Amino acid sequence: MDGPDIGWYLIVAALLFGIGALGVMMRRSPLIVLLSTEIMLNAANLTLIAFARQQGDLDGQIFALAVMAVAAAEVAIGLGLIVAMARRRIVLDVDQASALRG
Amino acid sequence: MSNVLVWIIWFLAAGGCLATGVAVVSVTNPFYSALALIGNLASLAVLYLLLAAEFLAAAQVLVYAGAVMVMFLFVVAYLGGRADAPWAGGPPLLRAAAVVAAAALLVEVVVVVGLAWGDNLQEPAEVSDSFGSPAEIGELFVTSHLLAFEITSIVLLVAAIGGVVLGTTPEKEEAE
Repeated sequence: MDGPDIGWYLIVAALLFGIGALGVMMRRSPLIVLLSTEIMLNAANLTLIAFARQQGDLDGQIFALAVMAVAAAEVAIGLGLIVAMARRRIVLDVDQASALRG
Repeated sequence: MSNVLVWIIWFLAAGGCLATGVAVVSVTNPFYSALALIGNLASLAVLYLLLAAEFLAAAQVLVYAGAVMVMFLFVVAYLGGRADAPWAGGPPLLRAAAVVAAAALLVEVVVVVGLAWGDNLQEPAEVSDSFGSPAEIGELFVTSHLLAFEITSIVLLVAAIGGVVLGTTPEKEEAE
């Protein structure tokens, strides 16, 4: 294979996952938390695809597609929750919205 | 494609990917965060192309950078100023703990990758030109991975219904 070894892709994925995890743990806006989760999911996808290339087996790519579909579903639900919170005049701050009550 | 050219493209894509990732997490305005994530997804698609995942790279740009992020930008536009929350929460101790936890995750992964590097990460399998093409992925989806395909469609259907239910205002609230 031309170019970098698979290990370099895995390092990039690890860095991305760390960045995403930091975002989820530190930011307070639920929108940014959702975006950071997307970064983490994409880091996992990058590892799956890197290993699929390494093994010469397409199963990893199929899994990555399934992850993409789940991520799309998660965004739909997450954004629905955020819009519902905004409509009920709940402050959009993950530290304050801690009670799960209708 | 020559080796040097691949390395250059890899560096640009990986650098862009990490820089936009940092931007997503650090920028205060959610609108710019969402825009940075589009850049992040696009540079990831370049990395996917280098890993012979052509169909996934196309799906990434179409589904993620296209459809999902448009949804995000609509919600950011709908919320307007209400989308801005303080940058970080909790006492300083919690924030420091978050940094330590993220760094620990990173170090763990890097150590594991480093340990495996010499043994089995260096010689990737030989793959044909059609590896990762839409035809091969599609064939796998309707043969050995049919169940995963069907479950994915159910997940998406449930999410779509859930999104509609969450977005509908209850009648008693409209009366208020």
